[in-house]
Amino acid sequence: MEKIPILRMGDFLLVTIQVDMQDRLAMALQDDLTEMITSSEARGVLIDISSLEIVDSFIGRMLGNIAAISRVLDAQTVVVGMQPAVAITLVELGLSLPGVRTALNVDAGMDLLRGTTNGSKVS
Amino acid sequence: MSLVSTETVPVKAEPDVVLVRRRIRELSAKLGFSLVDQTKLVTAASELARNTIIYGNGGTLQVETLNGPRTGLRLTFEDQGPGIPDLELALRDGFTTGSGLGLGLGGAKRLVNDFAIESRVGEGTKVTITRWK
Repeated sequence: MEKIPILRMGDFLLVTIQVDMQDRLAMALQDDLTEMITSSEARGVLIDISSLEIVDSFIGRMLGNIAAISRVLDAQTVVVGMQPAVAITLVELGLSLPGVRTALNVDAGMDLLRGTTNGSKVS
Repeated sequence: MSLVSTETVPVKAEPDVVLVRRRIRELSAKLGFSLVDQTKLVTAASELARNTIIYGNGGTLQVETLNGPRTGLRLTFEDQGPGIPDLELALRDGFTTGSGLGLGLGGAKRLVNDFAIESRVGEGTKVTITRWK
């Protein structure tokens, strides 16, 4: 089965979702990230969704779960690059991604992660 | 209002959700829907296709291209599953009998212009949505 690659960069894990995910792939990503946060002792996770043309309730739930799980494992998650049309649709769908930190692009997301994971850990 | 074309897409298993999204994206782009309208319709279709598979045990999607005074796409998801005993409850945000967020039906309704649902316990469910250009 295809998998979404997770890259490690220093204390952070980077994921770029570039395929139209079926539900099983989204679940696999959630599991893989959870494993990798623990095994690599990552302090932050950055998920780039700029290639995603839609975020429906299932994918939205996955993003929320990843954020919640990483928080419990003492890491921060930032979702970056959401397309404007996706943002509009998501809010109308009724999903505002509570608990998920977002940034406009990868640079801003990395700044956010560095800021929140600097020095003594903030959770 | 005239019907320009119609096609039927199977909605049987999980990979079909992705195929439904792709097909609706193609058709709505071809009809000249704005990017936001395409995204809304594709997202609504994704929610309903998943419902058809998970709660309806699979079914079909009929896609109709409408033309006439207005251009639009009408999608009809139909299954012969167990049906929904309480439609009002099923449409309420946050209600689910599965493991989802309970946003599928109500959310899909908000993303389209017309929404209709018929369901008979033991016979199945039919959801029709239309998005106008």
